[in-house]
Amino acid sequence: MSEIIIKNGYIFDPISGIKGDKADISIKDGKITDKVSSKAEVIDASGRTVMAGGVDIHTHIVGPKVNLGREMRPEDKLFRGSFRGGILKQGKHMEMGFSIPSTWKTGYSYARMGYTYANEAAMPPLMAPHVHEEIRDTPIIDISAMPVFGNNWFCFEYIKNKEIENNAAYVAWLLNATKGFGIKIVNPGGTEAWAWGDNCVTINDPVPFFDITPAEIVKGLIETNEYLGLPHSIHLHGNNLGNPGCYETTLDTLKLAEGYKPKNKFGREQVLHNTHIQFHSYKGDSWGTFESGAREVMDYVNSNKNITVDIGAVTLDETTTMTADGPFEYHLNQLNHIKWANVDVELETGSGIVPYIYDKNIKVCGIQWAIGLEIALFAKDLMRVFLTTDHPNAGPFTRYPRVIKWLMSQKAREATLDTMKYKDKVIAASHIASMDKELGLYEIAMMTRAGPAKALGLSSMYGSLAKGADANIAIYDLDPTNIPSDPELIEAAFQNTAYTLKEGVVVVKDKQIVAEPHKYTIWTKVNMPENAQVMHDVKEKFTKNYTVNLENYAVFDEHVHNPRAIEVEVA
Amino acid sequence: METVTMTLVQQPELYLECYSVTPDLFAGKSLAEIAELPAHEGKILWKLGDFFKFEGKSGATAAETKIVVNGNVKRMKRFGQQMTGGEIVINSDADMYVGGWMRGGKITVKGNADSFLGIAMEGGEILIEGDAQNHVGSAYRGDWRGMSGGLIRVKGKAGNDIGTAMTGGTIIIEGNAFIHVLTHAEGGTVIIKGDVEGRVGGQMVKGDAYIFGNLLYPLPGFKKIGTVEKEVDGTTYTFDQYIGDLGERKTKKKGEIIYGNIYMKI
Repeated sequence: MSEIIIKNGYIFDPISGIKGDKADISIKDGKITDKVSSKAEVIDASGRTVMAGGVDIHTHIVGPKVNLGREMRPEDKLFRGSFRGGILKQGKHMEMGFSIPSTWKTGYSYARMGYTYANEAAMPPLMAPHVHEEIRDTPIIDISAMPVFGNNWFCFEYIKNKEIENNAAYVAWLLNATKGFGIKIVNPGGTEAWAWGDNCVTINDPVPFFDITPAEIVKGLIETNEYLGLPHSIHLHGNNLGNPGCYETTLDTLKLAEGYKPKNKFGREQVLHNTHIQFHSYKGDSWGTFESGAREVMDYVNSNKNITVDIGAVTLDETTTMTADGPFEYHLNQLNHIKWANVDVELETGSGIVPYIYDKNIKVCGIQWAIGLEIALFAKDLMRVFLTTDHPNAGPFTRYPRVIKWLMSQKAREATLDTMKYKDKVIAASHIASMDKELGLYEIAMMTRAGPAKALGLSSMYGSLAKGADANIAIYDLDPTNIPSDPELIEAAFQNTAYTLKEGVVVVKDKQIVAEPHKYTIWTKVNMPENAQVMHDVKEKFTKNYTVNLENYAVFDEHVHNPRAIEVEVA
Repeated sequence: METVTMTLVQQPELYLECYSVTPDLFAGKSLAEIAELPAHEGKILWKLGDFFKFEGKSGATAAETKIVVNGNVKRMKRFGQQMTGGEIVINSDADMYVGGWMRGGKITVKGNADSFLGIAMEGGEILIEGDAQNHVGSAYRGDWRGMSGGLIRVKGKAGNDIGTAMTGGTIIIEGNAFIHVLTHAEGGTVIIKGDVEGRVGGQMVKGDAYIFGNLLYPLPGFKKIGTVEKEVDGTTYTFDQYIGDLGERKTKKKGEIIYGNIYMKI
């Protein structure tokens, strides 16, 4: 029976609607409770900001493509100028890397920023064992991983034949086989087309040999998701990512959600989560006429409550892009000629990796930076717009504090604009310079914990300081009654917490890792009757098409570290 | 310019990482403070003073500081790493990474230097009186940014991978070289006054190689376009000019395609 009381902090908890009131938080046996005995250990939070542990809804931190990025980029561990990334030892293991940190650094860095949950955004089902091995080796934070379904041959065939029930049974089977969390879709149809050297750049481009379009895939998977009542909605990286003019494809894609209502017992209100929407909000018809489409996209998002997005903010760093969007990575490599890796994952998906430098002295990079921030500043409901950098695609997750600084301080945005070589052109092609909005701590708490937890259907456990939630808590050295005028101090406060608690255990104290308690792998267990047709199809595909046997496909139970299943009943 | 003389008094058991031996880190420090600067032997952290004794005086800035290294430092790495000015003279052989990521100043090694000499160097000058090993002026492993400025002169011979991914600056090898010169280069000049075994300019986008001796195995991606006179290292010679690598992407400047060049002395 361990008891802790966090005294006199300023509490920001959108789930309970607490907006910076001074209060105490009681913790008993790893959960938040309403009172503790006088023997409870006291943590003094006076003059400090207290929030629930951060929840990252979209990040690439574990699995084969992340590891290939590490292998491919030894120079990511090297200093350049100063000791960038550096090598540090606070916890049990060395920390290395910058844009693709080691598993150890990943866990420690999230904890130091006050984050305790991260959702790996793309798990190739065939490679699920590797994903789970890296989850085990990432300390402190709870992790879930979403298998990719947007280019899966089974889904194509069931959706084409309008067999949503069969598709749902297949999705349920695969979530169980991979210990996955929800339905991720990357460039629906396009990655499969890429196996034939082609792509789907609009929602109506047919997928070669399958006679199905991205629009049908997305709608079919929304219907499947709501048939099952999964905790999270479909999690979509749409078509035509990263190209000038792509905002029109994005609007077409978002409109696919019209008319659908969420059906679940987890309090989730959206049917479609469009991830890293910065990459999908580009206007113009070439890199020369490239400009922000953030306003058009956010006007639509603001007025449609069944959609959530995360921003995918560009942080102006040298980073490593990695996505299951194989054709996109090929085109990116044709632009920057650095290094490129590309993988096809049979029947399921593909992947590509390219290092990328978001250089503040390149006009397009400056505009991309502006768009990421504009998305958040145009948002009317920050419970539906979440902070991400699509780590590591638009920048490493360790830059979240910097993004928070830019969102909270116009002065900080101006200072960054002033360092850009093509400042005037960036201003002309974006809205950022005219936006004087500055987000407050309550809005930051929405974007970084309450909102993502709700969208994931996990707000009874994560991202909340309400009674019964896991006692995951971040205490920042930031006095909300006296926000520093120097924005750098805001960034510093969010970079390293005064305390981070994970399930009631102090894991970070005074910016140092002090404990590495046990952690969970979150996955979704769908309980539904076995579907004979689907099991027949699965056996047939494994006999005919897969290079592995069905018996060797599913993740072994001993592979899965501390599983914590979210159960769903389907009659 | 003030001079600090450091003399080896204790040979390390393993290789010692002397990344602290730079005019930048010595400048403005007393000899006692210099002796406190860190050095790694494997994972063990030592102080420079555990291996060297120091005499003389450092200047106020890097540019006003000269470091003279005495004693056999053949097993010591990273002299002058990231230095921006001043001078280092090593009266011995030195191990790997001499002048790596160097931005300015001058390094002289009176003996041989090992591999990774001047990698990713941005400016300044390195003179090796003896031989160098592999990866002279190259990029760090995996990196696509090799030497971008400055001058490396090796009086003796060099090994393989000279100027890999180079984008600027000049490398002069006065003796022979082995294989892989200017691979993946996007600029820069490599002058080899001796013979080269082969593979010069593979996947080169831009850059100039001058070869005074024989090139035993030239690559098929290069084509002879004529004979030119060029001044190289202070003297004018006649060369056969080859362009390439024809299998690699090419950039255009003012409508003209830019090629990499190999100049073979006639």
